[in-house]
Amino acid sequence: MTLAEKLVARAAGRDSVRPGEIVTCRVDLAMMHDSGGPRRVKPMLERLGVGVWDPAKVVVISDHYVPAVDAESAAILDLTRKWVQDAGIDAFHDMQGICHVVLPERGHLRPGLFVVGGDSHSTTGGAFGAFMIGIGSTEMAGVLATGEIWIRVPPTIRLGWLGRLGPGLSAKDMVLKMCGALGMSVGNYKALEYAGPAVAALDMTERMVLANMAAELGGKVGLIAPDETTLAYLRDAGAGPAEAGDWQTDPEAEIEATHDFDAGTLEPQVAAPHSPENAADVDAHAGVAIDQAYIGACTGAKLSDLHMAATVLRGRRVAPGVRLLVAPASTRTTQQAAADGTLAVLTEAGGILLPSGCGACAGLGAGVLAEGEVCISSTARNFQGRMGHAGSQVYLGSPYTVAAAAVAGRITDPRGMLTEQAA
Amino acid sequence: MSTETGHAWVYGDNVDTDVLAPGAYMKLPVEELAKHCLEAIDPGFAGAVRPGDVVVGGENFGMGSSREQAALALIELGVAAVVAKSFARIFYRNAMNLGLPVLVCAEIDGIARGDELRIDAQRGRVENLSQGSVLQCEPIPDHLLAMIADGGLLPHLEKKLAGGRA
Repeated sequence: MTLAEKLVARAAGRDSVRPGEIVTCRVDLAMMHDSGGPRRVKPMLERLGVGVWDPAKVVVISDHYVPAVDAESAAILDLTRKWVQDAGIDAFHDMQGICHVVLPERGHLRPGLFVVGGDSHSTTGGAFGAFMIGIGSTEMAGVLATGEIWIRVPPTIRLGWLGRLGPGLSAKDMVLKMCGALGMSVGNYKALEYAGPAVAALDMTERMVLANMAAELGGKVGLIAPDETTLAYLRDAGAGPAEAGDWQTDPEAEIEATHDFDAGTLEPQVAAPHSPENAADVDAHAGVAIDQAYIGACTGAKLSDLHMAATVLRGRRVAPGVRLLVAPASTRTTQQAAADGTLAVLTEAGGILLPSGCGACAGLGAGVLAEGEVCISSTARNFQGRMGHAGSQVYLGSPYTVAAAAVAGRITDPRGMLTEQAA
Repeated sequence: MSTETGHAWVYGDNVDTDVLAPGAYMKLPVEELAKHCLEAIDPGFAGAVRPGDVVVGGENFGMGSSREQAALALIELGVAAVVAKSFARIFYRNAMNLGLPVLVCAEIDGIARGDELRIDAQRGRVENLSQGSVLQCEPIPDHLLAMIADGGLLPHLEKKLAGGRA
């Protein structure tokens, strides 16, 4: 069996499953945020007249409307806090960062789990060998009421990465390359599994970028088989006993398709408006003048991302007329970046710190764009109007590339600006 | 399911959830949010769409976020069904869960904006009255047809839970 099939079989209480079968799975963990969570599921559960099936298996994280900027967002957060208390949910991380980063940081994920998340980037959990899928709010209400969900067993597509990334390249370049080469629906109804030496060489925060943006490839899940790197992260996070065990695709398992890429020849990638699949080598967009550089979101503002930006920004200044906004992905990220000197590098270069949350990535918080403005962003999506006015333009790139554009005032290859690693 | 007819609103590939339910309006009630549905790519849509109309998309309709307001906004505006070559998986489930039939249909290229359509979700058929053609869609799995017949996941669960208590 593939890793995906093994994970689904376990959750369905079966010895084996085959792609295309519809099975009912027991949910080990359900994660919600303030936007799609309590404010939407509360009235649904009340209508059904039931409570949460198992409060110990539910994690709630406020990240979309934090901190409140008006009466509506304050009311959403107030409702979230009250509902969590009423429902008896202990695992509530309020304003601690973006759910996909906080969930593993606080030790909630382990290999083998079947997890649902009320957000499309829930695929991030696949980096830890968990079968984690994104679902909508009504679906979540069904899970909260019953502890179960139906799924169609997905076939697996293997995305293999050979070689080794060069300096100034990152997982974001890898995943944008795949978006450009394969398009945004290649993974629709399918399990994506990332493998190969260039994937094994990535640390967990970088692996999370690949799993996170499985969503941009259309995947149901974005899996990476757990290994010693995974287990070391989980030990540090206090995740409890975890084993890599048999959570890997068997050599003889049936794979629907394999796509191989070479990390050694990969160039920095930039995706033009309005889609991640408009990705191309940075040279294709070099010279495009920018108004804003944004380092933020679950996929683009973890500690490793801030380190990348710092290697470019050390001893440099943001170009006149350009603003660099940095929204660390979690409060823990901020603490670590403060302790190791990274934050000072970013702010001395002229970067402006924003709260930890989904923020401008989802068009919600500080840093949205005016008509005609151009932004380069380390986030996952550049759909039209997502980050502000429908007439704004968003390019996507790695934290290296975003930082280099902030310094140059225009999109440029970051490899000419690399300094020593910040930490 | 419906024997009513409606007019087609035709869009291309990769219609995303940010244009269906723009983030800036996500904290507002769905009645307000729906006024901005598809605004970025078709500013006239929300004001002109009529109950019973049908949205027609290309590949990967509803890609992006898990926000079910993307489907809810269409329901709020009275859209009777979405027909597309393929759907992003979360949108597909959200729409069905909310009782909005979504049909996967390979042959939609001939449908023109404004064509009069009649949708039969149970039989997976789209009748194009303007062009005198009938399109066959992929059949909806039985367990989803049962759910849509109940009006969506919540009424379906209500029925099941009531059955369990009876």
